[in-house]
Amino acid sequence: MTRHTLSVLVEDKPGVLTRVASLFARRAFNINSLAVGPTEVPGMSRMTVVVDADGDLIEQVTKQLNKLVNVIKIVELTSESSVQRDHILVKVRADAATRLQVTQAADLFRASVVDVSTDSVVIEATGHPEKLTALLSVLEPFGIREIVQSGTLAVGRGSRSMSDRALRSA
Amino acid sequence: MSKGSPISPSLMATKSAGAPKAPERADRTADQAAVVADLAAVSPVLGPNNVVPPTVMTGSQAIVRSLEELGVDDIFGLPGGAILPTYDPLMASSMNHVLVRHEQGAGHAAQGYAMVTGRVGVCIVTSGPGATNLVTPIMDAHMDSVPLVAITGQVSSGVIGTDAFQEADIVGITMPITKHSFLVTDPNDIPHVMAEAFHLASSGRPGPVLVDIAKDAQQGQMTFSWPPKIDLPGYRPVTRGHNKQVREAAKLIASATKPVLYVGGGVVKAHAAAELRELAELTGAPVVTTLMARGVFPDSHPQHVGMPGMHGTVSAVTALQQSDLLITLGARFDDRVTGILKSFAPNAKVIHADIDPAEISKNRTADVPIVGSVKEIIPELTEAVRSQFESAGTPDLTTWWAFLNNLKETYPLGWTEPEDGLSAPQRVIERIGALTGPEGIYVAGVGQHQMWAAQFIKYERPHAWLNSGGAGTMGYAVPAAMGAKVGEPDRVVWAIDGDGCFQMTNQELATCAINKIPIKVAIINNSSLGMVRQWQTLFYEGRYSNTDLNTGHESVRIPDFVKLGEAYGCASFRCERDEDIDATIQKALEINDRPVVIDFVVSPDSMVWPMVPAGVSNDQIQVARNMTPEWEEED
Repeated sequence: MTRHTLSVLVEDKPGVLTRVASLFARRAFNINSLAVGPTEVPGMSRMTVVVDADGDLIEQVTKQLNKLVNVIKIVELTSESSVQRDHILVKVRADAATRLQVTQAADLFRASVVDVSTDSVVIEATGHPEKLTALLSVLEPFGIREIVQSGTLAVGRGSRSMSDRALRSA
Repeated sequence: MSKGSPISPSLMATKSAGAPKAPERADRTADQAAVVADLAAVSPVLGPNNVVPPTVMTGSQAIVRSLEELGVDDIFGLPGGAILPTYDPLMASSMNHVLVRHEQGAGHAAQGYAMVTGRVGVCIVTSGPGATNLVTPIMDAHMDSVPLVAITGQVSSGVIGTDAFQEADIVGITMPITKHSFLVTDPNDIPHVMAEAFHLASSGRPGPVLVDIAKDAQQGQMTFSWPPKIDLPGYRPVTRGHNKQVREAAKLIASATKPVLYVGGGVVKAHAAAELRELAELTGAPVVTTLMARGVFPDSHPQHVGMPGMHGTVSAVTALQQSDLLITLGARFDDRVTGILKSFAPNAKVIHADIDPAEISKNRTADVPIVGSVKEIIPELTEAVRSQFESAGTPDLTTWWAFLNNLKETYPLGWTEPEDGLSAPQRVIERIGALTGPEGIYVAGVGQHQMWAAQFIKYERPHAWLNSGGAGTMGYAVPAAMGAKVGEPDRVVWAIDGDGCFQMTNQELATCAINKIPIKVAIINNSSLGMVRQWQTLFYEGRYSNTDLNTGHESVRIPDFVKLGEAYGCASFRCERDEDIDATIQKALEINDRPVVIDFVVSPDSMVWPMVPAGVSNDQIQVARNMTPEWEEED
């Protein structure tokens, strides 16, 4: 199945996240990740939904999402035409003997150490999901204690604004 | 560099939604109706759009006033704690409130009302169990695209989430089965939410909208003014079909040699029967009307080849299977129509016109998708076809019609007489239709009697046939017939029900009797859950697991439907012999001061034919048990 990144502009109304999530459950669509937050326009939120679906199914996903009254606009963002980032916090085993190796590995990925204790560090990293996967595989041998990861955030390249255009046509 | 691609540009219409149809009242003068239509053209707020200056009132009064301003005349409901404040101003309103005996009855009655009038059906109930009793009709309305507004009381906002008495998260419960829903906790939101609910329910693809109103929002003070501003930036249904797609469709029609107009319930909802007829007669193509579309094209018309699907006519099912072009109008390739999808109409190209873009290419990929209202698309398509025919000539459908007419003659609908000496249920239903005529309204439950009512009553006009198509809700008939009779009091309304279905919702006979809603109920009493029994006969070696209801011939007759009907104040008869059928129906037709219940005792062995067994191709249609038509006659 192909992975698709959808940017969904929604009204910031109670229950809108439930409506989107429940629609995916009801129609048996697979969500890989979902991130939601406010936008530059008051009263509007933007969701980034990563979906695993083949051609016909992704069309159904977007059509069904569009039927939700609180959904204003949907854009599919391809990896070439957009910037896509995940955010991750990883707690890694690191004592006096290994700490330097761990922090060096983090440096290579431009990740930063945000907490240190006697036997662990917390590393914060931002990047394309593939980069974060690579970081995790490098940290794996030291012993990963915990991973917390955001859903993918994505924004189109160039000067155009999705909410701007959506509002003009609304 | 481009910033990603907008999806389905047809969905992103730049203009606001097309104005909904102004509901026309029979008692309105033409002038008034025209004024209403003009206003509706500019305002998405239903009703006459009277200007009401800011007035202080309670939330409850605002609910009732909003309903009045929206042009509502009839409401079906049942009060309880959390909706009690609203029932007080309702008492003073000129609107007619029909007090039902069970909330499910209110929901189906509102559906029946909406189906015959084309207006929004309204039901109002209390929180918790009152609201959950509406779940079935809401789901039913969602499946069959019925414009319905359900108003539910909710516990006070301060205690929402505390498992308060009669608290249920009805917005959450109904989320997957509503077109949209609202939870109102601020009384000032009431006017615009009500207007939005009615706009959503009635425009685009119609459907149920739930408005859940907290008790404190009903009791609180607010400032009412009308018309409110509708603010639905994410709701822009497309009504006009894309010109280029319409021309493409016309080209396909002009070059098809085996076209079929596959007509669904959307054409009924769009009030496009006249437009359909013009297109059909221009193209000369055969027309099939689905279960939801019965009557939208007259059964008596020579181009009508029947109902398609699991219990469709051989001619309709085969027309679709052999077709080279499906002209699909307001239909959705339901599994009861297509059978095994990949074997459905294998050689056909597909034109698919529907107001809901999500229906297009959901089940069957469309070659020419047209998103919009069939009310607007069909006339445009007719014009495009006309000019196409003028330039490219009219296609010759003689061979196609010879084939189909042969099927119509060889495999007409019919039945075999039961061997147990009891009446054939098909005959009872056929006689009800014949003696009542096409101006009557026929409302069925779900099961064998539903299929026979779809098959053996001749439908000549839309809005004459109501049933629970997508949901298959047993118990739909009595309350929906009640709602239909309220909406169309001058028409004869028959509930054609089964003995199983009837026992699910017959308490509304009390509502009918007390409120002088004289429906006629024909119980097709085969003493069993007939359709399930039929499947047990065919696929489970006649092992009748839990399908005997003991209501019919030589049974204990619990309940005795005649006594039950009498207890509810209905004129009640039992008919057990063929020779009494006509006289009993005539007697029922002569009674108009109270509801009529007839217990038609029929054979439990009669089966619905033709039938496409589940899980096989429509080519395997059987006209009787293990009898498949001979296909050698094909060209």
